[in-house]
This record gives sequence, structure tokens and C-alpha cells, in this order.
Amino acid sequence: MAALEGDQAKWDPVRRSDHPATTGDAGYPAREEAGAHVRLTDAAQGLKSLDLAVEGARCAACIQKIEGALFKMDGVKQARLNLSTGRLAVRFFGADERAGDFIEALDALGYPARPYAAETVKDAQSAEEKRLLRALGVAGFAMMNVMLLSISVWAGDGEMDLATKTLMHWISGLIALPAVAYSGAPFFGSALKSLRARQVNMDVPISLAVLLACLLSIYETAMGHGEAYFDAAVMLLFFLLIGRWLDVRLRARAGQAARDLAALQARIAHRIDADGHVKAVPAADIRPGDRLLVQPGERFAVDGIIVSGQGPVDASLVTGETAPLDLKPGGEAWSGMVNLSRPLTLEATAASADSLLAEIARLVEAGEQSRSKYVRYADLAARAYVPAVFAMAGLTLAGWLVVGGSPHTAVMNAIAVLIITCPCAMALVAPAVQVVACGRLFQDGVLVKSGDALERLADADYALFDKTGTLTEGKPALVNADAVTPEDLALAAQLARGSRHPLSRAVARAAEQALGPGAVADDVREEAGGGLSAVIQGVPLRFGSASFTGADLAADVAPAGDAALEAWLAVEGRAPVRFIFADRLREGAADAVAALRARGLPGEMLSGDRPAPVAEAAAALGLERFSAGLKPQDKIARIEALKAEGRKPLMVGDGINDAPALSAAYVSISMGSAADISRSAADLVIQGDRLDSLVRARDVARASRSRMMENFALANIYNAIAVPLAVFGLVDPLVAALAMSSSSIVVMLNALRLARA
Amino acid sequence: MTAMLWLIPAALFLGALGLLAFLWSTRAGQYDDLEGAAERILMDDDGPIVDEDED
Repeated sequence: MAALEGDQAKWDPVRRSDHPATTGDAGYPAREEAGAHVRLTDAAQGLKSLDLAVEGARCAACIQKIEGALFKMDGVKQARLNLSTGRLAVRFFGADERAGDFIEALDALGYPARPYAAETVKDAQSAEEKRLLRALGVAGFAMMNVMLLSISVWAGDGEMDLATKTLMHWISGLIALPAVAYSGAPFFGSALKSLRARQVNMDVPISLAVLLACLLSIYETAMGHGEAYFDAAVMLLFFLLIGRWLDVRLRARAGQAARDLAALQARIAHRIDADGHVKAVPAADIRPGDRLLVQPGERFAVDGIIVSGQGPVDASLVTGETAPLDLKPGGEAWSGMVNLSRPLTLEATAASADSLLAEIARLVEAGEQSRSKYVRYADLAARAYVPAVFAMAGLTLAGWLVVGGSPHTAVMNAIAVLIITCPCAMALVAPAVQVVACGRLFQDGVLVKSGDALERLADADYALFDKTGTLTEGKPALVNADAVTPEDLALAAQLARGSRHPLSRAVARAAEQALGPGAVADDVREEAGGGLSAVIQGVPLRFGSASFTGADLAADVAPAGDAALEAWLAVEGRAPVRFIFADRLREGAADAVAALRARGLPGEMLSGDRPAPVAEAAAALGLERFSAGLKPQDKIARIEALKAEGRKPLMVGDGINDAPALSAAYVSISMGSAADISRSAADLVIQGDRLDSLVRARDVARASRSRMMENFALANIYNAIAVPLAVFGLVDPLVAALAMSSSSIVVMLNALRLARA
Repeated sequence: MTAMLWLIPAALFLGALGLLAFLWSTRAGQYDDLEGAAERILMDDDGPIVDEDED
């Protein structure tokens, strides 16, 4: 197990699996649950298909190894790896259970794979994305052809006779009108919906401008006046569709990433049937009262009560405490815990409404409702923009009538104002900036789940941190390596390598770093709540708690500090050796906290852990404000108190106990190693272990906010120039086309600057 | 001026060809795996041949 972990560390830079809670179940359950995800694609031939998410494939050699190995297996008809998404599609003949063999083969090659629930990924958003892309294609086609005709009209100004010009306009109209009807539908639909709700959004002036431009052009062409805006209408739609498509794609991608994380965790539980058979079933099918077998290394899929078996579990994701919990028959177990050393039998209580996850899910939902009240910058702009534009058009109409213009001129100029103020650049401002910023952060290993999350991150002015797993590594590490001789460390590691207990893994890691890979002792026996024992070269060894190793009987033993965890190595004939462990701070944690403070985000630590380790960590990080022993409700209370003071708190956390706080905060970030529910509750997810990504995310968020403000300013400067022209009746189709496209292009170029800064 | 009578339909026809090609390429999943193809070209032996007719 230790050797495999070493391999993973080398090839997977964004691994989120070093947390004991996620490494522990990498191999065994994935193998068994695979069969449940096989689909029958061709019943006549008996062809079956399976989608696997493969970690670590990066290059041609990986494709070749993976596809080649699977192709050589019996009955595999096709194996194709999508390098962009890391998805491997396998088609094969034979029993469903063969799926496990594929996963085993991939594991042996060094690519851990998990069944991927493809059906959960089909979504409305990708359909909308495709629809917009088709609309974009149609608008592009129409724009190019109409422009071809328009340019000849403009170039032939003065030479072309009216009949030819009118013919050109009719042809333009024949191309443009169907294209507008098809490509403009997304805007018209959204504008109607918003009007029905008695509100205005950006799509109202957009739809109005496009429709007015078309109607005016038809009227002018029919009357034979010879001014047509067909080119401007389709060009507007083309640019607007680019913005709309970018926006949808960003949301789809972010949503996809979030669902990928969830799909990788497709949960399987092992139910013990009435006849004593153990069967792998989806966790969703578990009913209260079902008996489940939880193997060592497996995560509890549901809440329950232990019926038989006894042993330690890792509860760090649930409670925020690093020290393993000992479970006995009758004890309560919560989903998200990881069984460490002994098989346990559990009676499920999952569906009871007062279970931990149900309670947490309720809190998360409540938090998300309050967050959805946030109004995006673009919508704020639309609220101010729409009345201003209509007022301007009304004034133009009135003004021309007052100064004695004909009703026809007055109406034409008022319509020109509405067309020229079409907020095309305005609608591009937010999506262009957000797409560039999110792409940039993605490269730095930060996943942004929604565009407005960046806006909120830029506005945040207070930082709240969870301790375990967020500022610390969330797993114990050996801290007194200097006091232990290399020989003792090597002996302890020989015992520890075969165990999943967090302290054993800490010893194995420390030995690997100091001495390199080593052997595993034969016949290691693990006693729950005690420790490990074996005989190496004829000498009996024990590694574990003080009472298990007999160290508590030795006279010269001083108790370790409250913050520390300890284990002892007893070699027969020698005094026991003490190993002290602590949850180490993440590398760069203090720098990240200081950097955030320098950027106007004073920090505070909210932890569910005991007071002593919390105070120690806070002191090391330079955080003056901290509280320990907090329950999820207490964290929410602190967030609400800050909000009541007018603060906008950022919450950084990872555990299941943090999920409600993450969704209650103004904006939230979770670590890649976090519990599923926390990752889905947070706005941003940091992949990998680097806390300096927090600072990067804040910097990019601030930069994108300034770009966005600049873009709003640019769009307004454009209006400041174009609107007077329209008011005084100086806008012709050429000016309209030029002004509209140039403002959109300037806004996009300004957004692209983010990619370089 | 009579040149226009066939120039405009010709331009529209060519444009429509481009549009159809674009619509086909999005529908056929040409953009689903943007990185894989660049790497696959580097494989120098006759690896497993994949059925192209399957989706």
C-alpha cells in the first residue's frame, strides 16, 4: 500500500487522494462496484459498455499503454481514452463482473480507475451549449453574406441606382430575417420571460434593438427609401451569441467539474442479505434496517449503528478531529467515516430524518438560498441601463417634434437611439472577463464553480479558516523523528506498512522519506484499539498504544502534551521508544494567511478540534482570533454575526462539518481533499495541497473585477459618443455597424489582458 | 450587372457549405477530445484500431 502511494505521488500532480479518507478506498471497493455501472449497448450481440474515469493519463504513451492493455484482454471490442476528459470508454462481451478485471489491469499499470456513472452527466446545459453553438454558426453565415452585399452597397454609394440597391436589401433581408428568427430566439425567449415576471434584464433592450432594426429595414426597403440595418442586426446577434455561448460553456464546464468529482465517488455499499450473502449495491438503495459490511479501508456510505465488530475509524472529515475514533457495537457511525482496521457490521439508519447528513444537507440548502439573492454586476448595470435608454429615446422623439421635425423623422431618430444603444458590449463584459479569469485559475489548480463566485471573492473582506485538513494536512505526521534512531524507525515501518491506521501511515511515510522504500514484516497482527505486533528475525516487536506495548509500566515516562498523539515501539529486552505525532500545518499556510491579511482579509480560525491544538496552530499562523470545539451551527452563528456587522466573510474549509458554514458564507473555498458535500457546497475548489492558490484566486478575482469595471466604462464611453449621433439623426447603417462591432471587440480584447497579467 | 445573378447564389452556396460543415463537426463530436489526437499521432506502432463507426 505504501509503495502504491509513493507511485501516485509521482505521477499525479493534482491528486486529491493523500488524505487517508480518500486513499484508503482506492483499490478494493472500486473493483467490486464496477459491475453495477455496466450498460448493455447492443442486446443482439451481447455487447456491453462501461465508462471509466482514469487518473493520471497525460500523453501518447499513456493512451497506448491503457488502450493496448485493455485491447489484449479477452472479449474487449473497443477501448478508447479521451485525453481531454480522462474518460475511458470500454466495449466488451461477457459478464458484468469483468468490469472489475479492467480496473485491476489499469491499477496494475499505475492508472487508478473508477467506474464513471455516465447517465448522471447527461444534462440540459450541454444541450443548450450545442443549441447556442448552432445559432452562432447560423448568425456567422448570415453576417458574412449580408456584409458582402452591404459592402457593395456602401462602396457603390452614389453610383448604384436605387433599384439595384433595393434588390440588394431584399436579398439581405431574405438571408437575415430567417437567421435572426433562429439565432435570436434565445434572447427573445429570455426577454419575454423577464417581461412576464415584470422585470427587465439585458435581453429586453437587446431584443428590442434587433427587432426594431429588422422592422425598420423591412419598412424602408418596401418604401424604397434605401436605408437597411439588416447587417447590423445579424452582426449584433453574432457578437451577443459569442458572449452567451462563453457564459454557458463556463457554467457547463464548472458544473461538469463538480459532477465529475461527485461521479468519481459513485458510492457502493456491501449489503448482507438475509441468507448471509454479501452483495454490492448502490448506496442510494440502502434502506434503514439493512445490515451492511464495511471492510477496512472502505468509507461508510450511510449513517448507522455498529452491530458487530470493533475497531478504529477515521472521522476527520466528519468531526474535524485528527485522532481516530474507536467504534464498538452499539456505537454510532456516520457516513464519510473511513473504517481503518477491522471489518465492521452496521445497521443502517440512513433514512431517518435526523441523521447527520440530512441535517447538514438541510443547513447547506438554507445557506444556498440566501446566497442566490446575490445580484451580479451585469444585472445591476441592466437595471440602471434600461430606463436610461428608454428615457433617451423618448426625449429624442419629443425633442424632434418640438423643434418642428416631421413625425417620420422623429420616430426614425428615436428608433435609431434604441438600436445604437443595444447593450451588446455590456452583455459581453461579464462573460468575457469571467471566462478568461476562470481559465487562468483552472491552470493554477483552482476550480471556479460559478462566474459570480469571482465577483463575490473580490468583494470579500474577512477570512474564516477551518483548521484540520484546511490549514493543516489533516493527518498526523511524525514530529520527533530526531529522537528516534533510524533502526527503530525502520523496524516500526516494517510493522506499520501493512496497516491503514493514520499513525501507522505516518510512520510508513516518515520511513520512506528518511530511508526509502522498505519491506513489510510477515504475519503482522493488528489488535483494534491496541496496535501491531510481529516477530522480526526472532525478536518479538510491538507498536501501538502505551498499554499495548507495556510502556505505561515503565517508570520514566512523561505524558505527552495535550496536542500530541503518541505511539510506542517495544522491542523485547529494550526500553520502549516513543513516537510523537501531530497534525502538521500545510506548507505555506502561514504565508497564505499573512498574504490574505495584507490584501485586506483579516483571518480567524474556527475549528471543531480540541482547544490545545487549535491554540497552538493559531499561534504558529499568527491568527489572533480563534475558537475551538465548534459545532457546524456555531460556525454558522459566527458567520451570521459577521454578516450582521456588514462584513463579507470568506470561508475556507474541508470537512463534512464545514459544509453548512461553506454555503452560509458570502463566498467559500474548499480543498480538493475535502468531503464531497463540502466540495459541492463551496464556490471554489483548490486542487492539490497548495494554500498559496487562495492568494492567487483572490488576486485574479480582484484583477477581473477591475477589468469588468473598465469594460463597463468602455461600453459607456461608446454610448457617450454614439447616442448624441443618433439623437441628432446622424446615424446611418454604416456608422451603426462600425460602432457596434468595434465596441464589442474592444471589450473582448480588454478581457484577454487578464490572461497575461 | 447580370454577373450578380450568379455571383450572389454562388457566394450563398459556398457560405452554406461552410455552415453545413460547421454544424456537422459540432454534431459529430469533432471537438470532444482536443488533446488526444495530437498525442495519438506520435504512436509509432500499429496500435489497436478503433472502430470509427461506433458513435
